[in-house]
Amino acid sequence: MAQFRLPANSRYDGRPGRHHPAAADAARVRQFRVYRWDPDSPAPPRVDTYDIDLDRCGPMVLDALIKIKNEVDATVTFRRSCREGICGSCAMNIDGVNTLACTQPIDAISGAVRVFPLPHLPVVKDLVPDLTQFYAQYAAVEPWLKSATAPPAAGERRQAPADQEHIDRPSACILCACCSTSCPSYWWNSDRFLGPAALLASYRWIVDTRDGAQAERLAELDEAFKLYRCHTIMNCTESCPKDLNPARAIADIKRRILERDE
Amino acid sequence: MSPYPVIEHRIDVAVVGAGGAGLRATLGLAEAGLDTACITKVFPTRSHTVAAQGGISAALGNMGDDDWRFHFYDTVKGSDWLGDQDAIAYMCREAPAAVIELEHYGLPFSRTEDGRIYQRPFGGMTTHYGKGIAQRTCAAADRTGHAMLHTLYQQSLKHRAQFFIEYFAIDLIMHEGACVGVLALDMAAGTLHRFLAQATILATGGYGRAYFSCTSAHTCTGDGNGMVLRAGLPLQDMEFVQFHPTGIYGAGCLITEGVRGEGGILRNSEGERFMERYAPNARDLASRDVVSRAMTIEIREGRGVGALRDHLYLHLEHLGADVIAKRLPGIAETAKIFANVDVTRAPIPVQPTVHYNMGGIPCNVNGQALTREGGSERIVPGLMAIGEAACVSVHGANRLGSNSLLDLVVFGRAAAAHCAGSLRPGAAIAEPPTRVMDPLLARFDRFRSAAGNRPAAVLRDAMQRAMQRDAAVFRTADTLAEGCEALAGSFAALRELKISDRSLVFNTDLVEALELDNLLRQSLATIHSARNRTESRGAHAREDFPARDDANWMKHSLAWVNDAGQVRFDYRPVERDTRSGDVEAIPPQIRAY
Repeated sequence: MAQFRLPANSRYDGRPGRHHPAAADAARVRQFRVYRWDPDSPAPPRVDTYDIDLDRCGPMVLDALIKIKNEVDATVTFRRSCREGICGSCAMNIDGVNTLACTQPIDAISGAVRVFPLPHLPVVKDLVPDLTQFYAQYAAVEPWLKSATAPPAAGERRQAPADQEHIDRPSACILCACCSTSCPSYWWNSDRFLGPAALLASYRWIVDTRDGAQAERLAELDEAFKLYRCHTIMNCTESCPKDLNPARAIADIKRRILERDE
Repeated sequence: MSPYPVIEHRIDVAVVGAGGAGLRATLGLAEAGLDTACITKVFPTRSHTVAAQGGISAALGNMGDDDWRFHFYDTVKGSDWLGDQDAIAYMCREAPAAVIELEHYGLPFSRTEDGRIYQRPFGGMTTHYGKGIAQRTCAAADRTGHAMLHTLYQQSLKHRAQFFIEYFAIDLIMHEGACVGVLALDMAAGTLHRFLAQATILATGGYGRAYFSCTSAHTCTGDGNGMVLRAGLPLQDMEFVQFHPTGIYGAGCLITEGVRGEGGILRNSEGERFMERYAPNARDLASRDVVSRAMTIEIREGRGVGALRDHLYLHLEHLGADVIAKRLPGIAETAKIFANVDVTRAPIPVQPTVHYNMGGIPCNVNGQALTREGGSERIVPGLMAIGEAACVSVHGANRLGSNSLLDLVVFGRAAAAHCAGSLRPGAAIAEPPTRVMDPLLARFDRFRSAAGNRPAAVLRDAMQRAMQRDAAVFRTADTLAEGCEALAGSFAALRELKISDRSLVFNTDLVEALELDNLLRQSLATIHSARNRTESRGAHAREDFPARDDANWMKHSLAWVNDAGQVRFDYRPVERDTRSGDVEAIPPQIRAY
């Protein structure tokens, strides 16, 4: 029988988490309320509060998290790598919005900074979500060049600059998952709806003049759940930290299928 | 008896790292039918190759006259004659085919009007042996590394390569002088895995995080180099650390040399284009070591900008909004976010920032790791290295911009080809005796249960500050001696390490401590090698020995670091012969730009 309740140690019981005050001489204090959950512990999730002196902290939310881990509480767990918005590791829900901690200025947020893992994904620990399914969906659209013809014996496949422009932005996706995990349709149907990131990845090849599998790709997406669970809510485009437009890509995929069927 | 159950894997090849080199090797191995496991501590597209901006060099000649021999000459000169000329010839000859292969994989290169791959000028890249400026660096706007890494991952998916993602490699498994595999921690599950393999390829990148300010990602901790040192093997040319001229002041984020390739200019507080004084011909497009030294001198002599006069300005306003939007969109975004500068209106504040490690695991053009014992050189069976972790050496004392992405794919491919030609799929691997595994598990347990009073973050901070202060753009015997002492203290303090997180699932406190151990050993190798080399060459500038000394120092340093933190040296000759009939060796010359 289906289990409708989360395991005991996964239910938030409303009790306040731990509070870590700032140093007594701190002048410009900002509260960071950070989601905490340790699978090894029987304790339910909690929200810990860290008071951070912004005069002794870098400008971004990631700087604050690193400061907390280095100086206050080494058990706080999150992913991070490039710290310049290109690797996509530190995607999380900050002040209610999915974004990259490394490029999110603290000053752009008023009041306490609430930091949670990306929503509607299983949590591995603290701010680390399980992205296994997200990656599987990316792989499922077979995001590699499928050409009907062999490449030229010498030299590159030619592509006009105007044609390159079609793939220039869509290929800049960093797979941070901010878009997919901000999408209500994805929250409800992530088992069958591919989500905006995977659809954008498919689109990147559909509009590549070098790719020869456009019909095959469209046919693969033309299904009630994979593509059509997109209801043009636009959260994906709204949340993309790289200013990409997955919603527009999805609309264009739908249009191409319509034109094909005319 | 270990309290940790170990999950066993027997495979043909283990690749550690999934950046450009690791992925190129992995997909080649998968294509060749070898059972390959790519073990990576981050999801492949989050590897630091993703942050490379400007491009990948290859003498395609799409935008003017070019020849791979010109590229060869530039690279030898850029290396300040510490690069091995046979390896450089191999890389530059292979470059056009390697780039075309990436295009055939679907890499979204920027294009010329006639649909060819767009190429831009880059530092130190010339035509006709220094006479003209080459347009040799193939670019996908200013996110070429991103385009390349994603393309290689896509090809790996196509070839159904096997990945072990968020597995942290802890130690090499060494038996009777050979590498028989690697021990790794599955971070999400908190379990140990033993990969026994016919060959282990280290593609673990550089160790920029040994320094306080670097363009490198937090994950650039040179774990492969650290494992090699613990295995009793040497690292080569570790004194050569590249400072990129244009890291954003304060934040350290990279601003590509491609900005200067597209016409960007460095100016001092007097508004002077000072590179004209230091490099009359190449000016802002001189080699990185030359530009970083010039900037440091400008700042020292009081011509820096800002309240502390401790940085300089990179101007690109004059390029116009169109060129910026088309060729440098990522830079515009990064400068806005991290320096609050609109690059169409104002200059970017920049300073020389640690960027790349020329040193690494000594190996040949096949990627086979080398060591020296009893005065003679030998191949370490079962161990290979590629990419920034390796020291082939194609970069010598100073790497040219856009030669790094090239190095990744050329040698990633070569390593895969070598394995395909020399390994038999499914060949039996002998079980190493338990005494081989026991010390590795004991070390892991020692870190996991460390109950001292020194958090990894505190020790790391001390190490980074010492390296920043004492192994900087310019070095002297005094600063290096101080640095050696400071680092010895940090390394000894590792015995009092404190781990706060006692769990096994996604324990980043533990992983950061293991990374710190790797960083400290590499820092010791770096600063001792720098103290040992009493000359100036490429990125290693000794104020007390300002001249290059070919008679005594035209040789590679090998450094071993033992568990007590003691460093010992040996040397390897530089290969001065191209070992091929199609290009002439370049004899040492005075290096001027």
